Amino acid sequence: MAHGSKSGRGLTFYLLTIFFVLFILFLYGPMIAIFILSFQGETGGMTFPMRGVSTHWFNDLFASTRYGDLAGSFKRSIMLGAIAMLITVVVSFFAGLAFRRRFFGSGPVFYLAIISLVMPGILVSLGIGQMFQTMGIRPHWLVSGLGAHLSWTLPFGLLIMFAVLNRFDSSWEEAARDAGASPIGVLRYVTLPILYPGLIAVALFGLTLSYDEFPRSLLAVGTKNTLPIHIATLTSNVTTPALYAIGTLTTALSLGLIVLAFGAIGASQRRHKK
Amino acid sequence: MSKPGEILLDKVTKKFGAITAVDSVDQVIEGGSYCCMIGPSGCGKSTLLRMIAGHETLSSGRILIGGNDVTTMRTGERGTALMFQDYALFPHLNLANNVGFSLKIHGVGKAERQERALEMLERVQLAQFANRMPSELSGGQRQRVALARALIMNPQVLLLDEPLSALDEFLRLKMRVELKRLQDDLGITFIHVTHTQPEAIALADKVIVMDHGIIEQAAHPRVIYDQPHSPYIARFMGGQNVVTGTVIKAGSERIVAEAADGAKFDFATKREVAVGEAIRFSVRRDKIHVVPRAEQDINAMQGEVANVEYQGTFVKVGLNTRQDDEFIIYMDDRAYFENPLNVGDSVISEWLAEDVCHLLGENNSSGD
Repeated sequence: MAHGSKSGRGLTFYLLTIFFVLFILFLYGPMIAIFILSFQGETGGMTFPMRGVSTHWFNDLFASTRYGDLAGSFKRSIMLGAIAMLITVVVSFFAGLAFRRRFFGSGPVFYLAIISLVMPGILVSLGIGQMFQTMGIRPHWLVSGLGAHLSWTLPFGLLIMFAVLNRFDSSWEEAARDAGASPIGVLRYVTLPILYPGLIAVALFGLTLSYDEFPRSLLAVGTKNTLPIHIATLTSNVTTPALYAIGTLTTALSLGLIVLAFGAIGASQRRHKK
Repeated sequence: MSKPGEILLDKVTKKFGAITAVDSVDQVIEGGSYCCMIGPSGCGKSTLLRMIAGHETLSSGRILIGGNDVTTMRTGERGTALMFQDYALFPHLNLANNVGFSLKIHGVGKAERQERALEMLERVQLAQFANRMPSELSGGQRQRVALARALIMNPQVLLLDEPLSALDEFLRLKMRVELKRLQDDLGITFIHVTHTQPEAIALADKVIVMDHGIIEQAAHPRVIYDQPHSPYIARFMGGQNVVTGTVIKAGSERIVAEAADGAKFDFATKREVAVGEAIRFSVRRDKIHVVPRAEQDINAMQGEVANVEYQGTFVKVGLNTRQDDEFIIYMDDRAYFENPLNVGDSVISEWLAEDVCHLLGENNSSGD
């Protein structure tokens, strides 16, 4: 080897290692700090040091009225995320299949879909809010809010489907047709099962992108807030570790969803092997 | 009354926009025969195969299988099964479920499905791998699974799209023998698309050579190889040199032609020709002798040795001649090494009139 003995690692190795460690610290440090601080003792504040360990702030979230309609905003966000996820999966799946062949206007349709990723979210939100005002419809989280979220999750879903379909061989579908399968049969026995892990990924993205979305929600959800907006307002009034407790809870929920998704992919692969 | 598995192509045409991929093809493929379709890429052979399978619709014409018009019939219901070039095994199903897929589609119960799939896997010697996934197999094993999957519904016609092209040379020769044996056993029609000439010649009862969407010649491999119809066939199938000349003496059975450099050739013909007509004929490369000086004043050509390649059982000698086509001689290895040649040597090549075939067809494309 060019660099001689096995202990002789080059300078780049150490530089890259330092870079990587800094990156990991930056990525997970804040999350871990929030996680620890959410278990702050009753008399503790928003910063270190810890004054004892307790679950006081978690209880406080549910017991106190100080946090406004936290439960309601959480439910709305989950509901909105679930609906956005469903629509994203179904639409991205079929749109992805359609985009495999050129159809009339496929180019413009694709670019139009992607433009909404490039637009600043707050402008999309503002635009949707304005449009609803102009049309005389009151913005509502399930109507204008859902629309705003879909403008974010659908293009993402479509792009993921493109990546997923890149590794999909359409001769599998032809082989199924050759075996006598109807179009529905091809979809059910071949296309869907093979693309299933990719669809889980689309679903996961659809849900988390919607659940997290702040700028696109801000001016589009109407009078009832979603969780990210609610938390944003809380940060200006609440000055207790309860904020961190919210962070810990939502992170745990997201982690749970990811574990569930991987579980589902693993289970499907085991099932087919039998 | 037509035999099961007989395929009749009646003016079959396929157009993709302005391009005609298959141009009014008429052909009968006998039931229970092994037919190879060969031609350069883009000649329409795969499109024709896919139309027989029902994966492409016809622009015009008809296809009959076993006497039934299947032109508009759905794929999977016309008694055909297609084996795909890359096998297209379902990556999410184990071998038993891959092989039993058609049965599942046709509503066969799980127990019977499993049993018949295992029987079929047994047939291709893969029963012990029934629970494996396709990704865990070698190329040759995958090919056998694809065969088993195609045969599970007892098709009248098995369509094979370049079935051996994904295998290495050694495996390819082995699987070639297995394919032929399988076809003998089953007695069903095989249509095998290939771009490898030795494969077509070794396997087929009938070779269909295509070019530019039309059938250039369809015949027994021996006829294709020994009596090519056109310069294109002679060049594409190999083993022949194409020589150009002008007729100087026309007879009802024999003609004499002269090349640009004055060399004269005589040979039998099946067609009337006129004096002055430009003609082409082919000479078998393995029937040409190299001599130091001309022993006959006809059917001889002078040339300079351009390259020599030892091939094991013979030696391939390329000559520079006044002809446009390359001129190659397959010399017996022993004869060659008794009198080896050097590049640049001037030699005379000679052949007998009976090793010449007058090329009647017009197609002069190189077949690349």
